[in-house]
Amino acid sequence: MNEKKENQKENQNVVDKIVDKVWDFFTSIKLTIIILAVISLTSVVGSVVPQRAEPERTIGVLSGIVGEAFAPTAFIVLDALGFTAMFQSWWFLTFLFIFAANLIVCSIDRFPKIWNIIKEPIKPAEPDVLNLMSIKREAFIKGDIDTAKGKVELAFKKIGFKPQLHPESGSTQIVSEKGRYSRLGVYVTHLSIIVLFIGVIIAMFWGFHGGVNILEGTSTSVVYSFRDGKEIPLGFEVRCDNYDARFWEGTDRLKASESWLTIIEDGKEVKSKIVDVNRPLRHRGITFYQSSRGFAPSQDSLFRFAVTSVNGSKENVELKFGESFKMPGTNIKVTVADFSPALGIDQLGRLFTYNPDEMVNPAAFLEFRENDNLLHRQWILRRYPDTWRVQHGIVEFKDLWKAQYTGLQVRRDPGIGFFYLGSFLMTIGLHAAFFMSHRRIWVKISNEKGRVNVLVAASSNKNREAFEKKIDKLIKSLEG
Amino acid sequence: MESFQFFGISTVAYILAMVAYISYLVSKNSTVGVIATTLTVGGFIFQTIGFGIRWAEFNELMQLGIIRAAPLANLYESLEFMVWCVILGYLLIEWKYKTRAFGAFITPIAGLALAFIEMSGMSRDLSPLVPALQSNWLLAHVLLSFVGYAGFSIAFAASIIYLALTTSNNRKSGAYIFWTGALGIFSIILVALIIDFLVFRVAGVTYGQTENHILEATFQSESGFIVLLSYIGSLAFIGLLWRYGGSIIKKIADSFSISKEMLDDVTYKSIAVGFPIFGLGGLIIGAIWAEQAWGRYWSWDPKETWSLILWFVYAFYLHARFLRGWSGPKLAIVAVIGFGCMIFTYLGVNIFLSGLHAYGTL
Ligand code: HEM
Repeated sequence: MNEKKENQKENQNVVDKIVDKVWDFFTSIKLTIIILAVISLTSVVGSVVPQRAEPERTIGVLSGIVGEAFAPTAFIVLDALGFTAMFQSWWFLTFLFIFAANLIVCSIDRFPKIWNIIKEPIKPAEPDVLNLMSIKREAFIKGDIDTAKGKVELAFKKIGFKPQLHPESGSTQIVSEKGRYSRLGVYVTHLSIIVLFIGVIIAMFWGFHGGVNILEGTSTSVVYSFRDGKEIPLGFEVRCDNYDARFWEGTDRLKASESWLTIIEDGKEVKSKIVDVNRPLRHRGITFYQSSRGFAPSQDSLFRFAVTSVNGSKENVELKFGESFKMPGTNIKVTVADFSPALGIDQLGRLFTYNPDEMVNPAAFLEFRENDNLLHRQWILRRYPDTWRVQHGIVEFKDLWKAQYTGLQVRRDPGIGFFYLGSFLMTIGLHAAFFMSHRRIWVKISNEKGRVNVLVAASSNKNREAFEKKIDKLIKSLEG
Repeated sequence: MESFQFFGISTVAYILAMVAYISYLVSKNSTVGVIATTLTVGGFIFQTIGFGIRWAEFNELMQLGIIRAAPLANLYESLEFMVWCVILGYLLIEWKYKTRAFGAFITPIAGLALAFIEMSGMSRDLSPLVPALQSNWLLAHVLLSFVGYAGFSIAFAASIIYLALTTSNNRKSGAYIFWTGALGIFSIILVALIIDFLVFRVAGVTYGQTENHILEATFQSESGFIVLLSYIGSLAFIGLLWRYGGSIIKKIADSFSISKEMLDDVTYKSIAVGFPIFGLGGLIIGAIWAEQAWGRYWSWDPKETWSLILWFVYAFYLHARFLRGWSGPKLAIVAVIGFGCMIFTYLGVNIFLSGLHAYGTL
């Protein structure tokens, strides 16, 4: 019986010891230094080796570093060690875990000491304590203690400190402080990192990140996860009414990449928005981001023209490839005979095609016939209004619809609040830790041989020189 | 006049200022010192006006509102802005510490950036913003990142001098070899770019089809002899730097009564500005923007990864300094390594690695 108890006690001791050891391990700043270095160094490798890429591409990159002969071997080794998907590898996540544990444990370990300083407002101090302060000055003032008090109070206000009077026997202390809570800055910074981590973990377990392509005029109610390619049901439908890429004047540099999206719930249209890269659409916690575009023309694609006849009447026409319409008010039949997604005009006015898999500069080739006699043929370029003018009016090429699809990234992140909270905390924390300081002033006023002696002691936990200048200003306004 | 003409004038002024600061260090002639400062201030004024004009030009071109028209959209503009920040930081130091001695060490950083612009043949045209860059976050993100970069650059210059002062009595120490190597490589690249400039721009030699002539007059030359000569010359330079650099820099610093405490102070203060501002502007604002544009606040894209590495190096510096009591050469070496990481984050990632941040490519 007794022996059992002994044993238990011993076991308890062992457990305590282990807990202590673990705690000590994580409170070590040496560990901080090491883990910062380890994460940085492994990240260097992870930034150079393409992540989650096709083996051919990775081997290509590697041959630029270790030479073609060794690249395949290097690839096999790196792949086996997890460097080809490093930021998701178990060992990298372990580093991040150690980093977080180190941060939390260290902060908990040190917090009480700082909190003791913070929760105590400034008090009058004993002479031996004042003597220890890093900034010390002395001044003599003519007159009695009361005038001196008034002067000191005024001087405090001049440098932006609120004086607190503490009468003592035979002397008075006037004290003041600023920025006491800035001592928390470091902890807020550390806390913000933990908050960001929590956000990431929530996103990992309860959110999703995927993508979907939607052809103009069609809709979808599922998207595809980036992690495993599986279908994720949205619970509602998204329709792409139109996609349009616009370009900067005279260039093929993208100016806007816009999708007209409509949300449909139970057959009813509930929301519509034009989405562009910096303007996502949010609905029921799910966000749709403009990501890419694609060109996939088919039999069903529709040419849209606005046709103005010579006598000024205007109408919109919509037709498929090979179909015809009549120029209003005439007998002329117009047929769409050819199409190019990217037809340019060079400086000499000659046409040339380029970049055929994207609709950058769409053009339609029109044939004009009267009673089966071919009158003329002409390319109409959507981005060049000069080309819209034809013999019998104006044919504006508005769009080729149902030929482009929009590529959307779709995300649900229930932890996003933690991301913004963490960002906010880090901003405050860094600001407090680097641009604020805890500054304290003690002034002891006493009578000394018919004069008033003013003893000034001050301290600042950061940027002492700047504070010293302030104190000199205070002294000056006392003497002046 | 157009903005690039103002930038051109400021480039000339800065390069002359660099020469003047170096002559000032050697000659201690105070007139030369005044000339150096005048050139720097003049260049700075021209560059500032240049930015103002370019901003207006960009706004005129895009009509997206004045905030989105900040001329920080391509590599050319960002390098110009980086130089502007470094010069501003330097002028503040000259004014605050009342010494011109740092000029000879800090203006070459600006000189290197400007030489790089000249040599790479990068486009100086206004580049209208693609949809991803049409965001008010662009201004805050780039502005603050570069303030951070400027702080790290100044910390680098101060730590090099610090290392030279503290290790000059022992040329065989690791720290001495380290800083001579780092300064040697930096100077060699600077000189090589200047040679490129003289050969390709001033003398007008052309060959090959590329506009980009970086190091083609030296290390990347078509002639094997010149390549060999470049390497031999570089080794000889580093050797000389190793043999005499420490004592020369020490003598100069002593004659200007620059103390190692002052250098340590400049290093720490620059990092204490650079670290939080880069953390906020580079990482936090970058992440918020990515969240709103791409739906992903962190994707381990190379630029993001390197920004994090850069930030961690300085977090390492701060923790080592305050919590492990590191000081002296050991700590200064961390600041020098940080600068190496910064150059890679800024330029190396764009040149060597591919990713989402491809806007700044040459
Ligand atoms: C990248 C991540 C980190 C950042 C940005 C960061 C930031 C900071 C900053 C700015 C300081 C103030 C230094 C000064 O006095 O100027 C600090 C102090 C400190 N850091 Fe960190 N830190 C990070 C990671 C960690 C980790 C992982 C630990 C875990 C051990 C840690 C433990 C501490 C401690 C104990 C202090 C001193 C607090 C005190 O004054 O008592 N930090 N940190």
